[in-house]
Amino acid sequence: MPALAIRAYTATTALGRGREAQAQALREGRSGLRRNDFGAHPLDCWIGRVDGLEDAPLPPAYADWDCRNNRLAWLALNQDGLLPTLAALVERRGAARVALVLGTSTASIGATEEGYARLQDGRFPAELAHARIHQPHSLAGFVQQVTGLRGPCVTVATACSSSAKVFAQAARLIAAGYADAALVGGVDTLCGSVLFGFNSLQLVAAEPCRPFDATRNGLSLGEAGGYALLERIDAGDAPGALQLRGYGETSDAHHMSAPHPQGLGAQLAMRDALARAGIGAGDVGYLNLHGTATPANDLAEAQAISALFPDRLHASSTKGWTGHTLGAAGIVESTVALLALERGELPGTLNSQSPDPACGPQIRFAPARAEIRYAMNNSFGFGGNNCSLVFARA
Amino acid sequence: MSGHDVAIAGIAYWSRGLPSWAAARDYALGGEAVADAPARPSPQLLPANERRRAPETVAVALDVALAACQAADRDPAELPSVFASAHGDMAITDYMCQTLAADPRALSPIRFHNSVHNAAAGYWTIGAGCMRAATAICAERASFAQGLIEALAQLAEGSEAVLLVGYDGPSAGPLSAITPSEDLLGGALLLSRAANTSAPRLRARLDEGAADAGGALTRRLSGNAMATMLPLFDALATGAAQVRLDAGSGRALVVELTHG
Repeated sequence: MPALAIRAYTATTALGRGREAQAQALREGRSGLRRNDFGAHPLDCWIGRVDGLEDAPLPPAYADWDCRNNRLAWLALNQDGLLPTLAALVERRGAARVALVLGTSTASIGATEEGYARLQDGRFPAELAHARIHQPHSLAGFVQQVTGLRGPCVTVATACSSSAKVFAQAARLIAAGYADAALVGGVDTLCGSVLFGFNSLQLVAAEPCRPFDATRNGLSLGEAGGYALLERIDAGDAPGALQLRGYGETSDAHHMSAPHPQGLGAQLAMRDALARAGIGAGDVGYLNLHGTATPANDLAEAQAISALFPDRLHASSTKGWTGHTLGAAGIVESTVALLALERGELPGTLNSQSPDPACGPQIRFAPARAEIRYAMNNSFGFGGNNCSLVFARA
Repeated sequence: MSGHDVAIAGIAYWSRGLPSWAAARDYALGGEAVADAPARPSPQLLPANERRRAPETVAVALDVALAACQAADRDPAELPSVFASAHGDMAITDYMCQTLAADPRALSPIRFHNSVHNAAAGYWTIGAGCMRAATAICAERASFAQGLIEALAQLAEGSEAVLLVGYDGPSAGPLSAITPSEDLLGGALLLSRAANTSAPRLRARLDEGAADAGGALTRRLSGNAMATMLPLFDALATGAAQVRLDAGSGRALVVELTHG
C-alpha cells in the first residue's frame, strides 16, 4: 500500500491526558488502574478510569451530545495540538476531502443505560431524550459536528478491533480517491454493559490484570480515547516522519467470544500487515500485543507470535497500565507503538512476573531501549475479528 | 472522480412478505407481496439450534448474505464482507439496559456477546468458515451508503469480490420512542471486479444534495432504519440509470447503474 503520513496522534487514558502522560507513565512503570469505584454497585475488580469526566460537561453548543463517551471524545480531541493540526489540513485539502473514521464498541450506551435506570412513566427523562446519543454512530456524529469534516464519515464497530480497523478503512478511502486525508481514532467509556457483560463471561480479574503471566486470570477494563491524522505523503516530508505502512484484517471463523486456539486468524492478520508493508517479520522492532490477560487470549496470541517472529522481537502488552480499553484499544496501543518508534523506549508488561512457559521469548516483561524502524500493533475482538497495523519511521 | 465500475454479481433481499429478491423485484414492478411468506428468515448457514436462537437481525443478515453468494455462485468462505446496520439489534440493547437497571449480575453471557455490533459479521464468518476480513459499520441514515463506499474501496484496493450486507430490525422497549425503527429488513450485494459478465454494473461518487425518494420497496418499509438502502434496490428492480443514496450531512452517494 502507499505509505500514509501520520500528521498528529494522541491518546487519553487512565494514565492521563495526551501523549506525554502516556510516555511518562510507561517509562516509570506507573499503572493507571484503581479499585473499581464505577457505578452504584461496583464489581470487585480493578479499572482504568479517566479522571474528571464527571465534572467536564461538553460546551453548551454541544449540550445535546453530552454523555460520558462524548466528554472523553472531546477531552481527547483537545490534546497534543490535534485540532490546530486538523484545521491546517482542512485548509489545505478542503473539509469534503477529509474522512472521519472512528471506532467504538459501546459508543454512548452508558447514556442509554442511564435512561433505563431513570425511566419516568416508561419514558427517558427529558435531558437524556436525544436520539443521536442513543445509537452506535453517536461518537462519530459528535466529532463530525465539532470538526466540520464533510468527507466520508463512518463508525467501525467490530468490538475490540474497532479503532485499529479505522486505520485500514481510512487508508482504503484515501487510496480509492474518496478522500485525501482522514481523522481516525476511537473512544470507549466504562459502563454497565461492559463491566457486567465481561463479568458474565467470567473474564474479569479480581486483581490488576497480569498479561502473559503464568498465573493470569482475567482482564481489567478501562476507558480511553485517541486520534490520529493520516494524509497522503508529500514530497517534502521530513526523514524520520511517522507513517502507517501496512494493515492486515482477518477473521478467526471459530467462536463469538473465544479466540482460535492456535491464534490462526491473528497470525494471518500479522502476515497480511507485514506483506502490505513490504517488510519481513525480522524487521519489526516492537510489537504491542492485544494481551488482555485472559488465559485463552494470551496463549493464542503468544502461539501466533512464536510461529511468526524471531526470538529477538520485543513484544509486550500495556493493558497493565491502561486496562483493556475495548474499542479504544486500537488507537491507544497504536499510540504506544508510535511513541516507541519516536523515542526508542519499548515498554515491558506491567504487573507480570512469572513467565508462562507456553509463551515464547518474544513476550517481554521488562522494558528496553532500542532505536527501531518498524513497530506493530495487534487488536482482536469478539466475533474473531482481527487487525494488525505496521507503523514506520520514514 | 468517476468512481470504480464493478459488477453486481448477486442481489438478495428479505422483508416480511417479500422473502427473496425475486419477490421484491416483482413487488417493485407492481406485483403483490407473497401471501404465505415465512414470518422469520431461516439462515441455512447456521446449525438448526443456533438458527432458532439467533437474534432476528443476525438471521436476516445471514439469510441475505448467503442468498447473494448463491445468486453469484460464489463460495462464502472466500469473500471479505462489509456488514452495515444503523442500530444492530435493539431488542438486545433493550434487554441489556433493562437487566442492568434491575439486576446487573444476572446479565446473560450469550446476550452480551450477541450485543456487539459485529454479531452478524461474526456469525457469518464462523458459519461460512471464512477467515477473510469482515467489518461492521454504522453511520445513522448513511449506514448503507458508507458501507457501499467501503466495499468499493476494498475492490479498488485489490479484492476481487466483496459481500455487502445492510440490515436493521425493529426498535424495542423505551428506546422505541427515542430511536424508532420498524419491522425487519435485509439486503445484500455481491460486488465483483469481474469485467466480462452480463451482470448489472455500478459506479458511485459523492455529491452534495439530498437522496432520492425511492419507489415501491422504499415506501413499503420506510419506517425501518435501513430503508435508506431501498432506493438502490428499487432502481435495480426497475432498471433506473441512476440513484442518489443518503450519505450523511447533506451529501449523497450518486450510484450510476448499467443493466446487463
